[in-house]
Amino acid sequence: MADSAIILDRRKASLSKFERHFATRDRTVVRRIVITAGVSFFLLFIVLPLIAVFVEAFRRGAGVYFAALVDADALSAMRLTLLAAAIAVPLNLLFGLAASWAIAKFEFRGKSLLLTLIDLPFSVSPVVAGLIYVLVFGAQGWFGTWLMDHDIRIIFAVPGIVLATLFVTFPFVARELIPLMQAQGRDEEEAAITLGASGLQTFWRVTLPNVKWALLYGVILCNARAMGEFGAVSVVSGHIRGETNTMPLHVEILYNEYQFAAAFAVASLLAMLALVTLAIKSYIEWRASRQLFPETT
Amino acid sequence: MLFAKSHRVLPGFGLSLGFTLTYLALIVLVPLSSVFIKTSGMDFARFVDVVTSPRVVASYKLTFGASLIAALINSVFGLILAWALVRYTFPGRKLIDALVDLPFALPTAVAGISLTALYAPNGWLGQFLEPLGIKIAFGPAGVLVALIFIGLPFVVRTVQPVLEDLDVEFEEAAASLGASRFQTLMRVTIPALFPALLTGFSLAFARAVGEYGSVIFIAGNLPMVSEITPLLIITRLEEFDYQGATAIASVMLIFSFVLLLIVNGLQAWTSRRSGKGE
Repeated sequence: MADSAIILDRRKASLSKFERHFATRDRTVVRRIVITAGVSFFLLFIVLPLIAVFVEAFRRGAGVYFAALVDADALSAMRLTLLAAAIAVPLNLLFGLAASWAIAKFEFRGKSLLLTLIDLPFSVSPVVAGLIYVLVFGAQGWFGTWLMDHDIRIIFAVPGIVLATLFVTFPFVARELIPLMQAQGRDEEEAAITLGASGLQTFWRVTLPNVKWALLYGVILCNARAMGEFGAVSVVSGHIRGETNTMPLHVEILYNEYQFAAAFAVASLLAMLALVTLAIKSYIEWRASRQLFPETT
Repeated sequence: MLFAKSHRVLPGFGLSLGFTLTYLALIVLVPLSSVFIKTSGMDFARFVDVVTSPRVVASYKLTFGASLIAALINSVFGLILAWALVRYTFPGRKLIDALVDLPFALPTAVAGISLTALYAPNGWLGQFLEPLGIKIAFGPAGVLVALIFIGLPFVVRTVQPVLEDLDVEFEEAAASLGASRFQTLMRVTIPALFPALLTGFSLAFARAVGEYGSVIFIAGNLPMVSEITPLLIITRLEEFDYQGATAIASVMLIFSFVLLLIVNGLQAWTSRRSGKGE
């Protein structure tokens, strides 16, 4: 008797809160239709393209696959992609920390305008994001002549790629940190300062541990976008093989040369990066929910 | 303009805000202003000429039309998917929940070539659709498919948390007052979800309008037929027509600013409706 009660309890616990209540429990037929429609749509539009990347990558065998990955141009594209992310992510992380500290811990006028401006890069088309740097640093741009005289190349060179990457990944860390730090308030920091901690100690020992998961979350999303950005980088790159090609641009070049298997091979690396990103993200969410509701796991 | 209130205990206000504003100006504001400064130096008649030429207008129609349809389709299926993920338990639910964000994490170029491999006339799905006279890749329908792919998570991820927080009591009250499940859905649940749904729709729409990477592989890029506006900006740039490119870009920018304001307003509405402050 007791055993069956426990089993019944477990089954109840595995149901969603809406399935446990009579008023929000949908009829089985409704339930089946909704799940079938949602899941089919999801499989068709999200899962199938993901599977296609890997199947197409191995279509001409593992030999072609690995040859495409160790090709000199592919390796230089990987290096450039890693370099752009290695510069853009830390800078935007630093910005995210500064912006969230100022916005969450202090009151000042114009705060909501500042919040809107921080989100701005998300609503700008990647192509326009590339174009603006061409207008500033390109041959016909504001600093074009000056840069030419001093023999500095920004557009169609690595600095332009880094700038475009910085722009498109600009809000990621800040927008994860700001709402969390606003919700946490400033009591803990004020207590630390009152007890004699220095500003840096307070930040390091109090603020950072409180936001570490959100921080990591922002960083991995920022990194995924930095490594995967295509439109903005495409405008400023100039597509010089072995020099200014990132991995997504290398995929495009191979594809346009009808080297489909090679294009998908490089694409499969980027797809794996996306899957790793999602795995880390799920792990962080699981950790965060366990911190909030330790009894449910 | 920017002054902190007097009684500050915490240090670092000047430094953090100063760095924030400087970095924001250098990376975002000054470069963005170049579009408007360059456009304002343009002869007005020529500006109008450029942004209303038939090829550009055809690209607006495709870009905005396909984005609108994709966002509508995503609103319907995004709501259905969010409903299934929140309200029901079924095998694979957690995996699907984790994979919903795939379009955020997958580089757009990868999505573009993969969707083309699926929907090209000799592709995985295209080979079955072609005999039926349905052409998806290399035409406007291809643009739509790509925009559906990139927009889905926006709707699911804005609706899902609101749906989770929805109190069972509202629907219980409706049921105890004699409403059927369907009446409760239409009169209680959907209205409660509506601001979030509208926000998700706007976010998906805004993202779709600017999208480039996933679209250009599958679109076929025929002028007047399947050429999107961002591609036209690149085409103008490649012709060294910087003014033309900038003029079209300024139209897109103004549009996205307006949309950003609408989304911000909607989000404020959503958080007020759900009774939570920022």
